[in-house]
Amino acid sequence: MLDDLLEKNNVVVDRSFDGPTISVKGLRNSFGDQVVHENLDLEVKRGEIIGVVGGSGTGKSVLMRSIIGLQKPDEGEVEVFGESLLGRSEGQTIDVRRRWGVLFQGGALFSTLTVAENVMVPIREFYPDMDRDFRREVAKYKVCLSGLPPDAAPKYPSELSGGMRKRAGIARALALDPELLFLDEPTAGLDPIGAAAFDSLTRELQQTLGLTVFLITHDLDTLHAICDRVAVLADKKVIAVGTIQELLALDHPWIQEYFNGPRGRMAAPQPTI
Amino acid sequence: MNIPGDFVEEFAEDGAVTLRFSGDLSIAGMNDLPERIRDGVSRIDRLDLHEIGYIDTVGAWLIHRTARETEAEIVGADAEAERLLAAVGGVARPSDVRPDPPNPFARVLNDVGEATTIAITTLVGLVGFFGSVIAAAFSLMLHPGRIRWHAVIQRFDVVGVRALGIVGLMSFLIGLVIAQQGAVQLRQFGAEVFTVNLVGRLTMRELGVLMTAIMVAGRSGSAFAAQLGTMKLTEEIDAMRTIGVSPVEALVLPRVLAAIIMLPLLGFYASVVAIIGGGLLSWVELDIPPATFFSRIREVVPLTDVYVGLVKAPVFGAVIAVTGCYQGMQVEGNAEQVGARTTAAVVQGIFLVIVLDAFFAVFFTWIGWS
Repeated sequence: MLDDLLEKNNVVVDRSFDGPTISVKGLRNSFGDQVVHENLDLEVKRGEIIGVVGGSGTGKSVLMRSIIGLQKPDEGEVEVFGESLLGRSEGQTIDVRRRWGVLFQGGALFSTLTVAENVMVPIREFYPDMDRDFRREVAKYKVCLSGLPPDAAPKYPSELSGGMRKRAGIARALALDPELLFLDEPTAGLDPIGAAAFDSLTRELQQTLGLTVFLITHDLDTLHAICDRVAVLADKKVIAVGTIQELLALDHPWIQEYFNGPRGRMAAPQPTI
Repeated sequence: MNIPGDFVEEFAEDGAVTLRFSGDLSIAGMNDLPERIRDGVSRIDRLDLHEIGYIDTVGAWLIHRTARETEAEIVGADAEAERLLAAVGGVARPSDVRPDPPNPFARVLNDVGEATTIAITTLVGLVGFFGSVIAAAFSLMLHPGRIRWHAVIQRFDVVGVRALGIVGLMSFLIGLVIAQQGAVQLRQFGAEVFTVNLVGRLTMRELGVLMTAIMVAGRSGSAFAAQLGTMKLTEEIDAMRTIGVSPVEALVLPRVLAAIIMLPLLGFYASVVAIIGGGLLSWVELDIPPATFFSRIREVVPLTDVYVGLVKAPVFGAVIAVTGCYQGMQVEGNAEQVGARTTAAVVQGIFLVIVLDAFFAVFFTWIGWS
């Protein structure tokens, strides 16, 4: 089916839309009796890194999955690049889906393929007409663009360390030169040095490629270091969106505890005296 | 809307060639640009980007690579294009997308050697594991209070009671098929009455227990491997050891014990159901009434046939459970291993059961139970 839709010159990318890159309105998600989201609104501006935080079980990943279409919400509207995604088939949303890339929590690399082949998979699926040699070249430079050493390209995911696997995941997420990047807890499980390096990679890529980044994280350092705005998920909705300074001015107990708790204070940039 | 990328060749008077690009130099607008540049252009001195629309790293890579290969000059790049060109130009170049394939001769040798080592280490490991199970069993006999009856009984339920339906159905059909095929062949000699002998002796002696063992290996041997393998992955087994609970005592022994006790019961049940299936067919096809059928069964099936089945069954049960648990305990590293080990548990379990069955056949004939 995908092949039919992708016949030559059928690729439509409309970059004229300059409203919010992601717009979620009135989202409701539930699993059985348990309601995860109720009337959730969120807007992500073009070109920003938005950090999504919230306690365990507040549905951060579910929110991401609802936006990228892996989870069908009960109610609500999800628009990406100004196009509504709910209630449309995969084929109808293909022109939107090729404009984003997703890094899953564990990297989710295909274990039977090498790193470079992993990067080639989305290119082959979405742009089957691309010349084979050129596709290989593209895969190879993307691997290096993600900060992996050149000899990582022909390696299998099982031969890589956790941090390198995340970078390989980023390389695959960037395969289609997306404008929007979803990162699900990218620094979880990395040592502080690796996490800091990954943060700066995210920032660097965002600036070079002009990305909008939707970043789910628990890492306070990441929030302080690279996020332009932070969205806080609690009570089944986004209770506040803003810079960390703006959030600190609110007196919501969870936000106060999150940023002003012992770990939150440690992560905050120290004022220079 | 996106405009596909394109270029035109411009020839200056001094022979210099300029490629003037237009449209989107992006992955979506790429189409056959790389081939056209590679195959259709012989000389390039200048790459003109004045008129391009959108550019992404794929477009930047095309320009960068072309410029590098032809030593052409890039002109007219705006700030964004410059930034992307710098980004893709700054990376190192990996050699290839796949690891170098090894020499085929060396690979075959390597594979054979690896398979041999695995076979030997598995055999040694299995024997060692069996030994540790027996040692644990003896230590439990000295301290009967430590036996986890609760776990054993739970395994009885899973291995035995819940298998009744599927084993019964399978055996019934096998009895039916043996009787039907036997009747067709024996009728040629006018000896269809011996169908009773065939069904009775074959199921009691061989098929009842053997088929049950294969079914249990598929149902429970695989489950043991998967359960223990998952527990190994989630470090539950390490946690047990740290707390001072022996995993062999707590996890392996109840399973082995349950299989040893349940397999004879299931096997006998399977034989009986198979005889019922055979009896039904004999009644319908051969007009042998059930009462006659069963009294004939009692005459033609010696008690030793029942013993043969019942002696084999606990051994098969032990082999299946130990193989399953052994493979489960060998899981290391990732979830993929659980699948591979589960498969190995079933394959090795069934293989060992059939090998042992052959030994038993020879042995019982030798002692005169034939």
